[in-house]
Amino acid sequence: MKTNIHVKNRVAIIGAGLTLFRRRLLETPQEMAWIASKKALEQAGMDFKDIDCVISGSAPDAFDGVHMKGEYYSEGAGGFGKLHFRVFVGGGTGVFVPIAGWWMVASGLCKKALIVAEEKMSSAADPHPQAVFRHIWDPLIEKMLGPNLIWIFALEMHRYMHKCGVSKEDIALVSVKNKANALDHPCAQAAAKISVEDVLKSEVLVYPVNRLDISPVSDGAAALVMVSEDVARRYTDNPIWVAGIGFNLDSYSWTNRELAYPLYLKKAADMAYKMAGIENPMKQIDVAEPYDPFDYKELHHMEGLGLAPRCKAAELTKEGVTQRDGDLPINPSGGLLGVGNPIAAAGLMKVAEIFWQLRGEAGRRQVKKPVYTGLAQAWGDLMQVGTVIILRR
Amino acid sequence: MSQPVVLGIGYSGFQPSTSHYNIREMIYEAAAKAYEDAGGIDPGSDVDAFVSCQEDFWEGISINDEFVPDQLGAVLKPVYTISGDSLQCVLSAYSMIRSGAFDIVVVESHGKPSEILTMRDIILMSYDPIYIRPLNPENVFVFNALEAKAFMEYNKIDREALGRYVISSLRKGLRGRRNPYASIKNVEAYLEEEYVVEPLTKLDFAPYSDAAVVVVIASEDVAKKFSDEYIKISGVWSVSGTSSIVYDDLREDTMTKIAARKVFDMTGIKDPVREIGVFEIDERISHVPLMVIKALRLSEDVNRDLMMGRFDEEGDLPVNPFGGALSEGNVLEAHGLARLVNAYEILKGSLGSRRYSDVEKILIHSRRWPSSRTTTLAILSR
Amino acid sequence: MSIYKLGGTPLSDEEFKKIIKEITRPNAKYLMSAGQAYSVFFEGLRRGKIIGTYCERCGMIYVPPKIFCPYCFITLDKWVEVADEGKVVTAVASYYSANMERLKEPQIVGIIKLDVPGRTFTSYRFPGLLHRICGASLDDVISQRIFDARVKARWRPPEERKGDINDIECFEVIKT
Repeated sequence: MKTNIHVKNRVAIIGAGLTLFRRRLLETPQEMAWIASKKALEQAGMDFKDIDCVISGSAPDAFDGVHMKGEYYSEGAGGFGKLHFRVFVGGGTGVFVPIAGWWMVASGLCKKALIVAEEKMSSAADPHPQAVFRHIWDPLIEKMLGPNLIWIFALEMHRYMHKCGVSKEDIALVSVKNKANALDHPCAQAAAKISVEDVLKSEVLVYPVNRLDISPVSDGAAALVMVSEDVARRYTDNPIWVAGIGFNLDSYSWTNRELAYPLYLKKAADMAYKMAGIENPMKQIDVAEPYDPFDYKELHHMEGLGLAPRCKAAELTKEGVTQRDGDLPINPSGGLLGVGNPIAAAGLMKVAEIFWQLRGEAGRRQVKKPVYTGLAQAWGDLMQVGTVIILRR
Repeated sequence: MSQPVVLGIGYSGFQPSTSHYNIREMIYEAAAKAYEDAGGIDPGSDVDAFVSCQEDFWEGISINDEFVPDQLGAVLKPVYTISGDSLQCVLSAYSMIRSGAFDIVVVESHGKPSEILTMRDIILMSYDPIYIRPLNPENVFVFNALEAKAFMEYNKIDREALGRYVISSLRKGLRGRRNPYASIKNVEAYLEEEYVVEPLTKLDFAPYSDAAVVVVIASEDVAKKFSDEYIKISGVWSVSGTSSIVYDDLREDTMTKIAARKVFDMTGIKDPVREIGVFEIDERISHVPLMVIKALRLSEDVNRDLMMGRFDEEGDLPVNPFGGALSEGNVLEAHGLARLVNAYEILKGSLGSRRYSDVEKILIHSRRWPSSRTTTLAILSR
Repeated sequence: MSIYKLGGTPLSDEEFKKIIKEITRPNAKYLMSAGQAYSVFFEGLRRGKIIGTYCERCGMIYVPPKIFCPYCFITLDKWVEVADEGKVVTAVASYYSANMERLKEPQIVGIIKLDVPGRTFTSYRFPGLLHRICGASLDDVISQRIFDARVKARWRPPEERKGDINDIECFEVIKT
């Protein structure tokens, strides 16, 4: 991997769009992809006919109950008759789609690319969308033990609490903050004014995970328009540049490694920082959207990203550093906990949020301090994927 | 601009069943051979990124991306998957190298259809869930048959000519390396076969094979440090169809047409008939290569040219001269890499006679099987 | 206003039930090869032993086993029996089944770092298994006493073993 000095073509984002994030939407995957794409194109001042490539992402086919799902929704995303492929890195997909979009444009193969992520989880209606996760395990060993998805995250959360001396109260603060931030997000599904007490009193699913520690199940889609530098200059005075990309995957043997610290994420972040010329992320990143499907993950990811010293993210949260008016605003959108979690679309929503924050277009969600460099990150698989993108004004 | 090249290839399987190995172990074997073929690269220190092409419902695991890194030596490295044909992985790797940010990218793909017990139902799940799937046809290949019929009638291709293609391809397969189904048959026997779904018989469908293929792609400058025996990827492009082939114009292969225009433009090819020496084309259903031949404008009258043997090994437009998917078997998403491996071996001179020693360029083609017409084309050259 | 401006059409539970068009239960069945490494592992379980593979280059022991070292990228053909006891590196109490049905009593599960005589491992890489933990209370989990507790496999009687991970009923706490 070479640093950015070897990359000739700069890549810009010039538009972003979201559907509503809801437990159930009427729209099909194709229609959701179309709505988000149309909105992103509108902001960019383009139409579907202007686009030459579509890069998309979506989490497991089992949610929609459609095999080769990318072929199915491609039409809604404007892919018919054009270059289109679907990338997939589990929960990390949403941030990975613009990463793949970056090299499709940086290589010169694509000039105007539509970046689309959709998730239709309500189709997996019976018994519950979570049941899809029965099939994510090693089928011959772990699946035989009858695990549910929350097990593995609870195992990681508890290990983190134990290793770092973090309490459930500390962690609940993240949920409180993000759900409150989402009150200002027009697409939000799970925005609420709640207290630490509410989180601790909500139903225990798998101790130490309570219901309000978790993001909801959602339908939704998100889209970006990503273009080469010359195109960007023609369409806007206010392009946002991709400054760095990083991704990394650890072993599938997740019971053979330390869960308290996400080493794979550190490596993904280092790749992106190197490309963006960032040496001190705590100082040089102005605003960040780390992946928060569970509240502890925000803390865990801040540490992996080097946005907090190891085991110190909870302290920063308590001190208010991560609030919208704090020194390092974290998840000003409201994150997955507040806006909702249509898996791949949720990750891309985070990139859209950084785009709007850097353009000063986040409305009531706009962070207080001036921002020049922002980061979005997602995570997935068996607690082994880190995907990172850094944007710059 | 960095020129992407194929630096090495490795494969395992291409057998009807591989029950002694699980798929991860098969991929390990393929990867070890590919790294060796690439001049002894070390996946940990030499490779910048890895990409696997696969689909969850072929695997029987949701989010099978989880299980990609270990057997490639890619733990704690940049790794991702594309839910698509393996040539789409080649396209993405090509683009990564052209961006200047990556020097060596490993592409992996595999198929283990022998482990799938409910193939019909899984294929049906790839069709439009609201309009097509509820039709619940007895035979899920009925949509492919509609396409075959529309194309053949429109272009006046008869079953004897189609049979001629199939028989010739199975015979050509006897000279290849990975072809468990290659055989000698005659057209009379073909015409006596019962229809599976008219106008297609059992012989028109590639049987299933298990395989894993790994390909090392590098920028030419870096490739030179490891080996001087590499093959260039001159151009590659992919075009998306609809999820259900019956929504497209069934008489012609629009996706190949669009992709070819782009790839010929990228590679400066003006006259494919003269400039391209060999065509490695998807023949998992027998009428598809004929549609591709037509879309590439290789032939005005496909029926006549088939009967004249223009696409045979001694013809002027050899298609799959060492056998295609009918002989090697349908390896699901790994199919595109199987075409690439043939092309790589022909261009390196390790497969075939002097007949092909002056071939400069080979076109490779793969289309999503069986429900979509999404097509990827690439040109490999010496 | 056009649909895309509204960003989608939210549905209630009731409305959702009314518009459902097609309900399919995916019929996706597979017969998977256990492969070379897991075949030996499962045969070991039948005999009451936990078998891993050993990488001579980096010293890592793989449980569950692999026939390759993902770090050194070499073939592994050295088998090693590890102890059927070890210590808990993390544990939780689940109130839900795999299908997200509520359980009456929480089930305690954890990751067990297995002992290998004469060998130590860092906390980043070690042979370890996910399994049920028995002989521990909910309070042991909440108080975190369960961390680092020593546990030992409770095997099913030989005649009931099937050569899979459930030949171990659970890992039983022998010392907290």
